[in-house]
Amino acid sequence: MPRSLFEKVWESHMVRDLSSGQTQLLIGAHLIHEVTSPQAFGMLRELGLKVRFPERTFATVDHIVPTDERAEPFSDPLADAMIKELRRNCEEFGVTYFDIASGRQGIVHVVGPEQGITQPGTTIACGDSHTSTHGAFGAIAFGIGTSQVRDVLATQTMALNKPKVRRINVDGELSPGVYAKDVILYIIRRLGVKGGTGYAYEYGGEVFDRFNMEERMTVCNMSIEGGARVGYVNPDEKTFEYLKGRPYCPKGKAWDEAVERWRQLASDPDCGYDDVVDFRAEDIMPSVTWGITPGQGVFIDETIPDPDKVDESQRDSVIEALDHMKLKPGAPIKGTPINVAFLGSCTNARLTDFQEVAGYLKGRKVARGVKAIAVPGSMAVGVICEELGIDKVFREAGFEWRGAGCSMCLAMNPDKLVGDQICASSSNRNFKGRQGSPIGRTILMSPLMVAAAAVTGEVSDAREVFGIESPNLVSA
Amino acid sequence: MALEKITKVEGKAVYVPGDDIDTDRIIPARFMKCITFDGLGEFAFYDVRKNDDGSDKPHPLNDPRRAGATILLTGSNFGCGSSREHAPQALHKAGFRGIVAESYAEIFFGNSTTLGIPCFSAARPDIREIAAAVEADPDLVVELDVETPAIRCGDKAYRAELRDSARNSLLAGRWDPIAELLEGMEKVEETARRLNYV
Repeated sequence: MPRSLFEKVWESHMVRDLSSGQTQLLIGAHLIHEVTSPQAFGMLRELGLKVRFPERTFATVDHIVPTDERAEPFSDPLADAMIKELRRNCEEFGVTYFDIASGRQGIVHVVGPEQGITQPGTTIACGDSHTSTHGAFGAIAFGIGTSQVRDVLATQTMALNKPKVRRINVDGELSPGVYAKDVILYIIRRLGVKGGTGYAYEYGGEVFDRFNMEERMTVCNMSIEGGARVGYVNPDEKTFEYLKGRPYCPKGKAWDEAVERWRQLASDPDCGYDDVVDFRAEDIMPSVTWGITPGQGVFIDETIPDPDKVDESQRDSVIEALDHMKLKPGAPIKGTPINVAFLGSCTNARLTDFQEVAGYLKGRKVARGVKAIAVPGSMAVGVICEELGIDKVFREAGFEWRGAGCSMCLAMNPDKLVGDQICASSSNRNFKGRQGSPIGRTILMSPLMVAAAAVTGEVSDAREVFGIESPNLVSA
Repeated sequence: MALEKITKVEGKAVYVPGDDIDTDRIIPARFMKCITFDGLGEFAFYDVRKNDDGSDKPHPLNDPRRAGATILLTGSNFGCGSSREHAPQALHKAGFRGIVAESYAEIFFGNSTTLGIPCFSAARPDIREIAAAVEADPDLVVELDVETPAIRCGDKAYRAELRDSARNSLLAGRWDPIAELLEGMEKVEETARRLNYV
């Protein structure tokens, strides 16, 4: 019987049925970081348990690391205690840890693929909801809570309900200036922030076939913002090409065998799905959010919704969002002044993100009064950017070029909004207070749109700012 | 590891209205700079409860009439966003033992169940009616009956949904799965040998 990739991977990793009706599922690779793991190690100690398969867990530090002054001790004693605790736990339990000194530190969802830990057909878990990122490689990856981190450390398994699978096709061709970020913001806007609850999203169609691995990661990363805990793309030659030679990938004959195995993983052409949704690439335009959920988005040339004109079921949410955002109903989103531009996060801080922006940013300057920071997703990304001179383009434009970490995506380190600052952000969440100030405001967008906002000091159409010719762009 | 069988939760309730209440709202990230879950209770919903200077904002959770509430009533897609278990831990430490929402984000639902917090789903008009009853009489006892599952409040009963696996594990006292996962280690070893890909 034809099966989807999801079913193939789920079935091969099933250990047994549990009394609750859930499945005990083997987790091939486990990623941990400093925020959601310390309590799990504490629970192991309380229960007198060890890490059962220490070779299958990998740690790095990302949420709390400063991106400017990275020498220890950190100026924040709580952050300093957390990195020390992670180091102690990894030493005591025999877990591989990519510390800052290793040069392999970075955001866990950038590091996993970069090190070749993320492989097709594996199951991956991490105490972080953006673990869905790893699905870009045809892995099935789950964001989990701390008790489940404990479960995976102790047993390499966890208890799960099997989700349904929704196939999302995006066919056609994206116009210039429209990016993977716009695709996922569009999908979330159309299907809703809870539309994916109970589903794994399988992304496919011509747009995904054409996407490079990093674009696929951007989309899979934000599956959770649409309610889907799992998102994935079927692996193909691009997947194998990206992984070849990475430190934790098989080598030589074992590599050839692995690729042979991986080729069998893609969903069978005639397999069934619980749901199928089709979108057209031509309908997708550069997008920005105006509200406090990632589903509250518009195209750059659209206006901010008017609570009087939306469906009654949405009204309270729209009013609450506009109240927080201090935006005027019915006004164009374009032209909204910004204070901060943040290019970073597990959604958009990989090499191609910086490369793409650098191509347009050269010779331009960040607008007066705008604080602009560029934060590579990993130390390795930072090094490559520096080798290619990309950091120089950002610095010369007036961006601060920082060290690797989660930074202002969730502001657990010193990078925070102040007061009610508005941030043009390439991150994934525009929740109230997300960027460190309870009244701070976030507008989500693609990296190039962040650069456009940085240069003009206001929410802008990157196609206009950087002279990108687009058949869909009606010039004013 | 024997756990308590959770057949019902009863107590005072408090209504925190709103849809898509995310886990950053339930526990802002800056309070996760900790290596234990101790003390998180006082930071639950901190930024919507407190002003910059630490004084109270008008919020249902600051209402003295709601003190000691054990049941949280709320909107749809509760607990969306970050997978941080700090969110249900903070609610648990703030005294909540059951939640009634229109719907939940999946990770939050699982994290809460693992702490023995039943997450009931109910229809929006029913939640509003219960909230109105509690508003009128803050000492009114609301009962979450896990077995049925149903919500009782005064002389009224409301239909509720609770995913079978959660209901089964609460009733059996197996809501924290670690003991049962450990019982399966022999089969785990076998599966891990077969999937030796790392």
